[in-house]
Amino acid sequence: MGDSVVAIVGAGQAGFQTASSLRQEGFAGRVFLIGDEPALPYQRPPLSKSYLAGDSGLDELWLRPRSFYEKERIELVIGETVTRIDRQGRRLRLGSGSEIACDHVVLATGARFRPLAVPGAELDGVLPLRTLADADILRRRLGEVREVVVVGAGFIGLEFAAVARAAGVGVHIVEVTQHPMGRVVSAPTSRFFTGAHVGWGSTISLGAAVVRIDGGGGRVEAVELDDGRVVPADLVLVCIGVLPNAELAGDAGLAIGNGIVVDEYLATAAAAISAIGDCANFPTRFAEGRVRLESVQNGVDQARSVAARIAGKPAPYDKVPWFWSDQAELKLQIAGITAGHDGSVVRGDPEAGSFSVFCFRQDRLIGVESVNRPADHIVARRLLAGEPRLAPEQAADESFDLRAHAARKA
Amino acid sequence: MPSITYVHPDGARDVIEVPVGTSVMRGAILNNVDGIVAECGGEMMCATCHVYVDEPYLARIPPQSDDEKAMLEFTASERKPTSRLSCQLVVTPEMDGLVVYLPETQV
Repeated sequence: MGDSVVAIVGAGQAGFQTASSLRQEGFAGRVFLIGDEPALPYQRPPLSKSYLAGDSGLDELWLRPRSFYEKERIELVIGETVTRIDRQGRRLRLGSGSEIACDHVVLATGARFRPLAVPGAELDGVLPLRTLADADILRRRLGEVREVVVVGAGFIGLEFAAVARAAGVGVHIVEVTQHPMGRVVSAPTSRFFTGAHVGWGSTISLGAAVVRIDGGGGRVEAVELDDGRVVPADLVLVCIGVLPNAELAGDAGLAIGNGIVVDEYLATAAAAISAIGDCANFPTRFAEGRVRLESVQNGVDQARSVAARIAGKPAPYDKVPWFWSDQAELKLQIAGITAGHDGSVVRGDPEAGSFSVFCFRQDRLIGVESVNRPADHIVARRLLAGEPRLAPEQAADESFDLRAHAARKA
Repeated sequence: MPSITYVHPDGARDVIEVPVGTSVMRGAILNNVDGIVAECGGEMMCATCHVYVDEPYLARIPPQSDDEKAMLEFTASERKPTSRLSCQLVVTPEMDGLVVYLPETQV
């Protein structure tokens, strides 16, 4: 093992964690960490939260200082793309033309923002939010603009909207479905956040699509909706989801389908090539079938799993997924995957701004969404790690001691 | 600049100058102190920046929020009365000399 070489493609949270965990697991070979952004590996969540708001700086964004990589003998190759995986020759070809010979490839290539395919999307002021460079532009522009249109009411869009309102900017959120964050949260949670954003002064148009973006002098001026309305805007944030970066794997002949297809060990059909994090499509007992998850937890825990396997301790990946979103004074915490639930009960009082939605499928607890109710979130993570025996009536009954119930099971 | 001492499970000590306004967690991360993982970056989602605060200093640090209390139930190492999440310990001048003990494991 001392002589083998691991090349990690992608220097986001999952890639960084793979490198770090390989050393913690005692892996003594060479470790390359290759990222296409010019910056040191950094955390993405603050980009739409505290960093965007100007409440935190670059020092709080770096996952580790530069000296960490030297100390741990992690060969950091940043500002560099990987253009090809040579499976036979066991080497990576880089955009600069050089090559890295390696025994194991970990694809942590992440995802990229999905562009909005309408006329005018190329105008100045129509912006994505995915990278540090994106966040730096938005942070500066937020101080200059008056009217923002947010296209897409997912986590990123709503977090951005909350920051923009707090900065005194007018916000109009346009969402093509009837349910903000509807891909990942239940109807009660979606409704609650819709109301919260309206309360903070945002306008929300549901079931509305952008058909065109108008500008003058190359700069955005307004957004045209499919119901004929024209909404003035001097900044348009496009946040309609992401596309997994799976092309490198596809070009190497590996199976792709909503991400890079891996087994329960996070290995592709080629055992020496793994995929983790936002780009990986994996089987899980926490959903029906396979999923691809975009979260810190998923990236970090999958990185640990692959690092342990490479270091000689293979085990199937089986961590409870969890997610969070900060929107003004509201903290949304999700344990499990609630999509696909066929029943739900609310614990607590949405009117008071503190509640949880317990989601069930065929009477089995599959996930819990908590708003300003961290104790429920922690209990949910405990319950879901085992075989969660919790009846909907128990979940809804605030006199039922969930904590004691979870402890009994543990 | 306040000085913070991180004591590893084997007794080794890292003494780090941490600027006022920076958390005890960040102070460790930026200075390569092993034993603090901080995978959520200080959002109170992961409990991987768990420390035990040396008792004499308990009165000089900010109280626990409900979020922190809840998250401390999820620590990988034993929770003790002195357990804190170091991301919530934002350094003040009064915390100069603070000693924190790192747990056996964070994950």
